Amino acid sequence: MALSIVHRATGIALYVGTLLLAWWLIAAASGPAAYANVQAFTGSIIGRLIVFGYTWALMHHMLSGIRHFVWDLGFGFKANEREALTWAALIGGIVLTVLIWIIAYAIGGGR
Amino acid sequence: MSSTDTPKRSMRTPLGRVRNLGAAHSGTSDFWRQRLTGVAMTLLMIPVLVIIMMLLGRNQAGAAQILGSLPIAVIMLLFIIASAWHMKIGMQEVINDYVHNEKLKLVSMMLNNFFSIAVALASIYAILKLSSGV
Repeated sequence: MALSIVHRATGIALYVGTLLLAWWLIAAASGPAAYANVQAFTGSIIGRLIVFGYTWALMHHMLSGIRHFVWDLGFGFKANEREALTWAALIGGIVLTVLIWIIAYAIGGGR
Repeated sequence: MSSTDTPKRSMRTPLGRVRNLGAAHSGTSDFWRQRLTGVAMTLLMIPVLVIIMMLLGRNQAGAAQILGSLPIAVIMLLFIIASAWHMKIGMQEVINDYVHNEKLKLVSMMLNNFFSIAVALASIYAILKLSSGV
């Protein structure tokens, strides 16, 4: 498994995605019209796909990062352990993303 | 200590040994900060997700009220600072690995700093403005 490039790619995606986070916070501080623009974007199909992709990138990057912390602490270097950690990050990232979106829709993000 | 104790003594001075400190020219401090901010964001992830969930489906007035409350503003500020720092170091690593032209590298490094600082300051300003209610 060569997932280090995915860690890097998700990192770059998250880097660009902070523009969305900044836009959202500035809009909240600016007023109702600016905030409505953000909501119109995040509520659109494209917007939802981007935020969904952002959620996955964040969850995968976090779990993949925890994998790196495990290695930094000197554990998980055996071949089967490396494989297990990598698969855990890959599957865990998808599971967490889906879980977050189910909760979000249940709470009211689908409105 | 006499020189006979260390027959293969290095001729390099302590300063010469650490000079340049790797591609980023900053030794291991970026390595440490990247871990520090990563752990910080991992710990802040659940609170931040809860805050975002709280904001779903609300209008600007509702969102502003939630983001302006003290504990939420502090969590958001910590997360923003950790993210900006983390992504600045991460992109710096990517630039060091892929951009080999020295001039282009310097320009990329500058743009990386400008972008990260601008995103951080804009977000921090927004949170502080919401907190002060101006």
